[in-house]
Parts: sequence; C-alpha cells; structure tokens
Amino acid sequence: MTALFTLTRRELATFFVSFTGYVIIAAATFLVGLSFIVLLSKLGTDASPMPVTEMFYSTYFFWLLLLLAAPIITMRLFALEKSSGTFETLMTTPVRDLHVVLAKFVAAMLFYVVMWLPMLGCLALVQRYSTQPGGLDWGAVGSTYLGIILLGGLFLSLGCFASALTRSQMVAAMVTLVLGVTLFSLGFLADQIPATGHWPAQVLSRFALFQQMHDFARGVVDTRTIVVYLSLTVFFLFLTLRAVESRRWR
Amino acid sequence: MNNGTMIEVTGLTKRYAGKTALTDVSFTVARGEIVGLLGPNGAGKSTTMRILAAFLPATTGTVSIAGWDVFRDSEEVRRRIGYMPENNPLHHEMRVREYLKFRARLKGLTRARSRDRVDTVMEQCSLTEVGSRIIGQLSKGFKQRVGLADALVHEPELIILDEPTIGLDPHQIRAVRQLIKSLAGAHTVLISTHILPEAEMTCNRMLIMYEGRILAADTPENLQKLMASNGQIIAEIAAPEADLNELWAQLPEVEMFDVSPADGDYFRCALTPREGLDLRRQIFALVQERGWSLRELTRSRHTLEDIYVRVTRPDEEEN
Repeated sequence: MTALFTLTRRELATFFVSFTGYVIIAAATFLVGLSFIVLLSKLGTDASPMPVTEMFYSTYFFWLLLLLAAPIITMRLFALEKSSGTFETLMTTPVRDLHVVLAKFVAAMLFYVVMWLPMLGCLALVQRYSTQPGGLDWGAVGSTYLGIILLGGLFLSLGCFASALTRSQMVAAMVTLVLGVTLFSLGFLADQIPATGHWPAQVLSRFALFQQMHDFARGVVDTRTIVVYLSLTVFFLFLTLRAVESRRWR
Repeated sequence: MNNGTMIEVTGLTKRYAGKTALTDVSFTVARGEIVGLLGPNGAGKSTTMRILAAFLPATTGTVSIAGWDVFRDSEEVRRRIGYMPENNPLHHEMRVREYLKFRARLKGLTRARSRDRVDTVMEQCSLTEVGSRIIGQLSKGFKQRVGLADALVHEPELIILDEPTIGLDPHQIRAVRQLIKSLAGAHTVLISTHILPEAEMTCNRMLIMYEGRILAADTPENLQKLMASNGQIIAEIAAPEADLNELWAQLPEVEMFDVSPADGDYFRCALTPREGLDLRRQIFALVQERGWSLRELTRSRHTLEDIYVRVTRPDEEEN
C-alpha cells in the first residue's frame, strides 16, 4: 500500500515538476476559454433557457479537448519509463504490477481533473454576472463533471493501455487518439443502422458518447451509461496490467 | 534456512525470438563473495543479470536467490536484491535525496528508516554535498554513484551491478571499485564487466562468459596459474648466436625457441618449454657451465588479458 501511495505521488509530481504539465493545463484553459467566448455570445443573443453547462458542451472545443488530452497525458506513463530504462529499476523493486498500473492511472486521473478546474471558474463567472433567471444549475454542473470524469477515466485507461504496449511515446499517443476517435464515432454509427430492434444497433447505442455526454451536461444521470463507462475503464486497465505482466511470459 | 549459497543457477537457458542468449548456464555464488561476470559485449551478461533480478523469465532452468525461486517467489527475491541495470537509468527530473527516498519507500522501508538509510548511503557514496541537486544536471560519476546508492539503500543481501564503471574517468572508476570492495562480507556482490583489470582487482571469483555460455569459473589467481603452466621463459645471454641456437635445439625440454639480438653482445632467447616445465634452473646451470654471461632470466606469467582472449576466442588462438 505504501508503494502504491509513493508511486502515485511521484507520478503526479512529474506532471507538476516538469514543464509539460503546465503546458497541458494552459492549453486546456485556452480551449475552455474559447468555448466560454462562444457561450457568452450565445448568452447575449439567445433567449431560450438552456443550461449553461449544456451550452458549454455544445461547442466542439469540449470534444477536441477530451480527445486530445488523453493521449498527451498518458503517452508518457509507460513508454517513457521503458525507453529510458527506469521501467527496469521500477519492476525490480518489490512492487506489484497492479500497483504500478493503478498508481499511473490514478495520477493521470487526478491531473486530468485539475486540468478541468478552470472551467469551474468560467461557470462561476457566468453565475456571478448572469441576469437570466436560473442561469446556473449546480446540479447540472455536478453531473457535467461526473460525465467529464467518467469519460476521462475511459479515455485515460485507453491511453494507459496504449502506452504499456510500446516504448515510443509517439506511437502510444497515436494509438490512443485512434482508439478514442473510433470509440467516439461508434455512437454515430448506430444512427446509420435503421432497424432499432437489432442487437448491433442496441450495442452501438450504448457507445453513443456524444449523446451520453449531452445528457450529463443537461443534468441527466443514466446509471446504464455509468456502468458501461466504468466497466470499459476497468477492462482497459486489466488489459494494461496484462501488457505490463507480458514480459514475464513473452 | 539456506545459509551457504546466495545464488544458485541450474541449467539456465534463455531464448529470445529466434536467438538464443544463454545456453545451459549453471553456477553458484556463496554468501559474502564478490563475483565478476566477465565477457565481451553480447556474451549474455546482462540477460543473466536481468533474470537474476526477476525482470525477465528464463526459458528453461531454475534460478534461486537466498533459497527463493526467482520466478515463483519473485517478490521475495526482489526484496533481497539491489539491482543497477546497464546504463544506470534514473529519473533525471528528481533531486538526489528525493530520488533515493522515493526508491527506499518503494522498496518497503518505513519513513523513519528510509531517512536514516538515505543519509547513510549518501555518505557511503559521497553524495552528501549534491543531495539537493537535480540528477539530470549531475556529472556521470555522480549519477553512477546515485545508481549505486539506490542499489544499496535497502541493505539488500545481494547486489547486482551491470557494468558499474562504464563511461567513468579513471579516478571515478577507482572510487567506485573501492566502494564495491568495501561491500564484501556484509553483502554478496555480482558485477559484470568487459574490462579485465576491473574484475581482477575487485572480485574473489570470476565467471568468464562467451556467447551465452560460461567458459571458465575460478579465482583470478587460479585462472592465472592455469595458464602459467605453458608460459614462456625469457633469457638474455651474451654468447655467439650459433651456439645458442645449437644449445636450444639440443635440449629435449624446449619445444620452441626464438633467438633475437638484443643490445650489445646479448641475445634475447624466448623458449617455450614442453608440458609447462620450469627450465630456469637448468638454463642457469648451462650458461654457467659454458662461462657465458646471463643478465635476465624470467618466466612470463600470462596476464588475465591473455586468459580472457584465449578463453573467449578459442579459434583465433589456433592460428
């Protein structure tokens, strides 16, 4: 347990000690800021009452950030340690493979949450100066963040897996991006299949990330979606663990 | 439990895809020994060490460390070893003391104990004055010592060092060797190197590896003795060249000889005796009998360098 805590702390520290962590946060803040501008202009013109979080979500910056952040945060996790050789010193200490995987995932997750915090500032600003009735619903903000965290967990676990497969950070990032975009597009595929009763359409509709995130942003929390996201996250972490262990049976 | 033996390797074979790195390697190392794994690059030293450190699995064969099987009880083994891989990978963005503390905690030391041990190893490795420097900015010698300090920090029973002095200047090499020597007794040390004098100076015993096999295993002295048996005898004698040639040709104990002029009246005779006989006394008597003068009479001892070359390149020696 000590090892897990020690490792998580170090992993998290590398984000904040190195320059990269701040660059990622700055880039994320910039994109959030852009969507904030769009949001403000909408607030000024649009009279229809729409939750602010939903407006935030409706700009494509949100997805850009989500799809790009995961590869950038996770590409370093295993690939860098493998290429620099520290993976060898790490794995020859009495730590469990599971602890290594968990520490890296948890650290990436915490950093990811920190990255999204500036958005909270934007929302608070809207709340403070909005004259519209019911401008900001904190319940919707909560469910939006829940969606961001669940979706982030899924994409980061994907990234962990990709990073554990290779010693090249570039390859890890590309694989994560491709897997993420594929997963994202699956939901749209469901619309293309006309017969709604068939199982492929039903399965695909469970992966309609765009639609599901939309629900979260409106304050709708669907437990089925939560289960799907959580189990996919666990599944990819399991694959990561197998990839880390693979050196023992390859 | 198992008090005498630290490392026991039996029939160890490692195959990578399409390439055999180790073939039927067996050896044992007793507690408290400093053993050198010697061989040219690509001989299988690093692979052996990685398997001993429970990083890679063996294809066949068993390895036990302090009585624990490296594959089945990997965690127990890793608790007992301090391993420094080749090229000494470190987290370059961390500070020296911070890194060592992190490593000590990873290896299961308590907070208070890790503080104590970090202080001790930093002193032991002369790192005290660079404790708050960033590892990436240190010189190679310091980095190497950080790696060593990391291997020592949890007081492991077995220390495995893969090429610990590579890339250091002579002064730093001496310091590292001194440090390794000081570990004898309390720890068992296995170091790999392709530099002979290093093994000669620091190790009680050497294992010579070549192409995935162990070709020789003995103390440096014994390995030398083994080779000295057919060492040459050099004699510098002032006498007519023809007489010398005749004399050596007559002696049945001399298998081969070579007479070459040295300065003045002297000739340098290099004699290879049959079956490793020591002919010095006989030669002295012969020279005295004939009233020649003798100014040098030595038996050349093979250096470990020769042994190394002989053992690792058996085919070239024949030519």
